[in-house]
Amino acid sequence: MTTTETPAPMPAESGATISKVDAPAGPPPKEKKEGAVLNVFSHGVLVIWAIMVVMPLLWAVMTSFKDDRSIFSSPWSLPDRLHFENWSRAWTQAHMGDYFFNTVLVVGGSLVGTLVLGSMAAYVLARFDFPGNRFIYFLFIGGMSFPIMLALVPLFFVVNNMGLLNTIHGLILVYIAYSLPFTVFFLTAFFRTLPTSIAEAAFVDGASHTRTFFQIMLPMAKPGLISVGIFNFLGQWNQYMLPTVLNTDPDKKVLTQGLVQLAVSQGYKGDWSGLFAGLVMAMLPVLAAYIVFQRQVVAGLTAGALK
Amino acid sequence: MQHGKYRFIVGFLAVPLGLYALFVIWPFIQSIYYSFTDWTGLSPEFSMIGFSNYERLLDDDVFWKSLQHSVLFAVLVPLVTLGLALFFAFMLNVGGRRRRGGPVISGVRGSSFYKIVYFFPQVLSIAIVALLFAFAYNPDSGAINSLLRAVGLDGVQPLWLGDPNLALWCVMAVIVWSTVGFFVVLFSAGMASIPADLYEAALLDGAGRATTFFKVTLPLLWDTVQSGWVYMGILALGAESFAVVQIMTTGPGGPDYSTTVMVLYVYQKAFRDGQAAYATTIGVALLVVTLAFAALVMKLGRRERLEY
Repeated sequence: MTTTETPAPMPAESGATISKVDAPAGPPPKEKKEGAVLNVFSHGVLVIWAIMVVMPLLWAVMTSFKDDRSIFSSPWSLPDRLHFENWSRAWTQAHMGDYFFNTVLVVGGSLVGTLVLGSMAAYVLARFDFPGNRFIYFLFIGGMSFPIMLALVPLFFVVNNMGLLNTIHGLILVYIAYSLPFTVFFLTAFFRTLPTSIAEAAFVDGASHTRTFFQIMLPMAKPGLISVGIFNFLGQWNQYMLPTVLNTDPDKKVLTQGLVQLAVSQGYKGDWSGLFAGLVMAMLPVLAAYIVFQRQVVAGLTAGALK
Repeated sequence: MQHGKYRFIVGFLAVPLGLYALFVIWPFIQSIYYSFTDWTGLSPEFSMIGFSNYERLLDDDVFWKSLQHSVLFAVLVPLVTLGLALFFAFMLNVGGRRRRGGPVISGVRGSSFYKIVYFFPQVLSIAIVALLFAFAYNPDSGAINSLLRAVGLDGVQPLWLGDPNLALWCVMAVIVWSTVGFFVVLFSAGMASIPADLYEAALLDGAGRATTFFKVTLPLLWDTVQSGWVYMGILALGAESFAVVQIMTTGPGGPDYSTTVMVLYVYQKAFRDGQAAYATTIGVALLVVTLAFAALVMKLGRRERLEY
């Protein structure tokens, strides 16, 4: 990283003015031209992908403001006027409001539970030596690579027998259990990086293990908790497979399954504009939150994959 | 630090471990056990039937189709996704023109904007993405075909999800669309940690961009690519392919089972057909495929670790 400050006397791959200065060290002209073509091509591909990402999203937003007739007759035309009634119809009649509320309840409960229980387990596994420590750690980690669907068949009956099927708190408990592997994996690594001296000092001063954890270690682990919290929030907010299997009561549906259900039933009712409004309604809060907390979201989602 | 240590350990581990054991570990063990029974899931009675379910599996054409498709998902989807992501990440971080006075290596102009936009699909639920594309693929009123009509390609109006030969590719494209951005950002972070002098040395030796990519960037990023491959493959075998196939294709499972995947087949057998035991058998097969896939990628991808 030594040369970043000084003007770099690097051979320019393209750009006439630069290569004139660096002419002696510059690459042969043929390569220069090749570089320029490659540049246009690769930049073009980047632009095309950006368009491919944004277009479907914009199309959905636009469609949510159109009436049913023009959705079918001219999918790409702008709405004749902004049909806000689609949105209110989706929120009330199509129960998007209820689904939204259910999702907030489930994700709120399971996010808090995941962070509290995950950090407790991770702290003990990271900081204390006891027989079975490694075994329990790998038991948690193993859960990341197994196909969840395999467990869901018996899980349905386990949950049913406990009387937790189609309940919000039942769903919360299952969400927590399936979020623990990654959370424990991530936070164990994080607690290991924290200095031990402060906790030891607190302990010498007579604080109990429990108090040391809640008053000293947890505040120190805040950056890690935020990262893994964002990761779990998005994962739980967007969860589809677990509620599809375990939450079949129409009144208890969460956003994702509510929307899919709506799509199936709207096939008969024909309220496509309302459905698109619901779709955008589910999309926008997460996208807005992402744009505002962009840096933290990216750090949270990629944190686990990079060592 | 000995005082009350074990009481504390037990106290802190009991609830998380108990919850995890009850809702994750126990069902896994149960499902392997159930695969040797004739349990329907509708009534509590069942009896052991040995390997009958596994024998039935071997003769089940739909199972073989779903296995084929799942393997295709696990191989092709990560290949395309990671390939695209590597290319984009390289362009965004290293591929820029050298600007006078600027850093030696830099991305193309506007790279941070691209990174933000590419990441959009990653924050959306795969279920919502699948719904959105189910509309976009609609042959009559969907966004794609009407775009084709608008540019004068009236003759090219595929049925997309309705065409047994196309449906699977359409579904896979949606997973690629939604995950490329994640890996662009992930690889960008990895590329940022590669020391600049390595690129300088390569440039001084007259290496072009392609050479730089294959000789410097890719080898140094290999660990991340490999774990990304495993991660992506597990997703493509499991939750992601379940959502897209179940939501997007008719049946679900596509015309003539052309898009059915193992994870969907497990779900249908257990919760639609009342054959819970047979469903767990397919699930065990899925477990075997997943573990074999992860082991294979780790083995094939093993290289000497490069320190830098």
